[in-house]
Amino acid sequence: MMTTLTPVLSAYWDEKDSFTMAGYRRHDGYKAAEKALKMEPDAVIQLVKDSGLRGRGGAGFPTGMKWGFIPQGDNKDHYLVVNADESEPGTCKDMPLLLANPHVLIEGMIIASYAIRAKYAFVYVRGEVTHVVRRLQQAIEDAYEVGYLGKNIFKSGVELELVLHVGAGAYICGEETALLDSLEGFRGQPRLRPPFPAIAGLYARPTVVNNVESISSVPSIIKNGAEWFSSMGTEKSKGMGLFSLSGHVTNPGQIEAPLGITLRELLELAGGVRAGHELKFWTPGGSSTPIFTVAQLDTPLDFESVSAAGSMLGTRALQIFDETTCVVRAVLRWSEFYKHESCGKCTPCREGTYWLVQILRDLENGKGSDADLDKLLDLCDNILGRAFCALGDGATSPITSSIKYFRDEYIAHLTHGGCPFDPLASTLFASAKAGA
Amino acid sequence: MAFTDHDMEVMDSIIKRYPRNRSAIMPLLHYAQSREGFITNDGIELIAKKLDLAAAEVSAVSTFYTQYKRKQVGEYHVGVCTNTLCAVMGGDAIFAGLKEHLGLENDGVTDDGKVSLEHIECNAACDYAPVVMANWEFYDNQSVQSAKDLVDAMRAGNPPAPTRGPNTLPTWKENSAVLAGISDGRANEGIQAGEPSLLGLKISKKEAK
Repeated sequence: MMTTLTPVLSAYWDEKDSFTMAGYRRHDGYKAAEKALKMEPDAVIQLVKDSGLRGRGGAGFPTGMKWGFIPQGDNKDHYLVVNADESEPGTCKDMPLLLANPHVLIEGMIIASYAIRAKYAFVYVRGEVTHVVRRLQQAIEDAYEVGYLGKNIFKSGVELELVLHVGAGAYICGEETALLDSLEGFRGQPRLRPPFPAIAGLYARPTVVNNVESISSVPSIIKNGAEWFSSMGTEKSKGMGLFSLSGHVTNPGQIEAPLGITLRELLELAGGVRAGHELKFWTPGGSSTPIFTVAQLDTPLDFESVSAAGSMLGTRALQIFDETTCVVRAVLRWSEFYKHESCGKCTPCREGTYWLVQILRDLENGKGSDADLDKLLDLCDNILGRAFCALGDGATSPITSSIKYFRDEYIAHLTHGGCPFDPLASTLFASAKAGA
Repeated sequence: MAFTDHDMEVMDSIIKRYPRNRSAIMPLLHYAQSREGFITNDGIELIAKKLDLAAAEVSAVSTFYTQYKRKQVGEYHVGVCTNTLCAVMGGDAIFAGLKEHLGLENDGVTDDGKVSLEHIECNAACDYAPVVMANWEFYDNQSVQSAKDLVDAMRAGNPPAPTRGPNTLPTWKENSAVLAGISDGRANEGIQAGEPSLLGLKISKKEAK
């Protein structure tokens, strides 16, 4: 049976003024915040716990539980920080969300800040998206204007300052502790944990760091209840999520569906793999999640099933590659990315990603040797679990998984004396020509 | 260029946004870039003075982040995504085509100062691949030809509007100010969502009928 789609966050993106205060209020915008502010903060946390909402930024940690970790009555300032540094290759859900509906994030931030008793909240948005910054900035100003932010919000006596902080091009700042260092005005390098941000986060104060989509899901939960939310999805992966299809698919784009939908279903909705071609490999949740092949077309896209199949749900960034794509080229490019974005703090990641790139480049250019595959795997073995943060681990995922599924293709690069693929055959223009 | 009294006021207002002054370092760098086009030694020293830091501390931060430039870029800074998905979909061909067309290498600037070129990492628009950014505005679904036309129009002084952005393409300096959190009043311009963003919504509305 086909899964029924559940547009909640994306429900009004087709309305031209969806990003304005008027457009948002037309559909009961900010009613959830008003309702939440009349509840006890702990009851808000409990409701989010009961809903089963898990982090939408990749790791899938239960959101309500994270909020519950903030010590209360400690007489310290608490902070909410929203991670809008969306930079994981393939991930492209938060930026269209903020472009089309920045107010839902602001409303979610009001509710979350109230729940964890934070009077200051930050959105850390990546810097390479000027129009998203404009929309968010305007939405924040409009929310201040009508008294939804600032002193005595919704005339409730509650206070909340919300600051937009714009990054400057560093993937590592999507890692929550690197993000906090960056927000404090330092180079964005990860911190040793523990202490976790819930105890010592921004300015060493209790801090919740949540993804854009996680926080944006909160108003709908307050409005419709925990049961409504948990009626969607699978047993342990509740609710809806944005699935982002890109690459060799007839109609790429965002599909908001219950967790647990399969790629086969999503591809069908998106018109299939581009005409005349077939699926070769795909990422379930961005480049840091081990790749899949046709064998996982029917794997339910929820946290448990994807993990059991050997990868991670991550950010539901479904990058689709057909048979024209060279897997070594794809992996080389991702590796170059990790090398470039490695912050340099720890040796396994800084040095390891450098050597991974050298070997993959040689392979792709016909200068590889028989020993290279083992060397790649050995390097990965020395990075995975030994790097300071998840960036290093992520760098090994595409390599080890692609060698697992496509060892023959790596070997073909040796026997062929370089890449046997025509890069032009995989371009969008090639398919446009074929379709003409 | 010397920073004016007005610049000082703006910078003070940026610092006031934060509970602790040092947090203002990134927006201050964006702002300095909006005034001078790139991060100059003057800019670094001024920010250091404002935040009571050593110039080396500000410099250390500015060099960590690729968006802060240490030399002049073009009035229009063009970034071609060559991360895997976009590269495969045509980003590599577009980047090679632009390098040849403009006679530039990565990080180069045309002699007329109009266009600079760099390859960039994933810009969170994979469903619009291949993607080209100009002054960090989206130009979606590009081809080698459309990208060449785009830079030609920039050099002629009339670039087309971004696909998902304001009605005209702002300059590098203008957009750097937006990234510093200085509103240019253009948030209401442009579309709310492109077709790929509406894929699931449209399917679900069709199903409901």
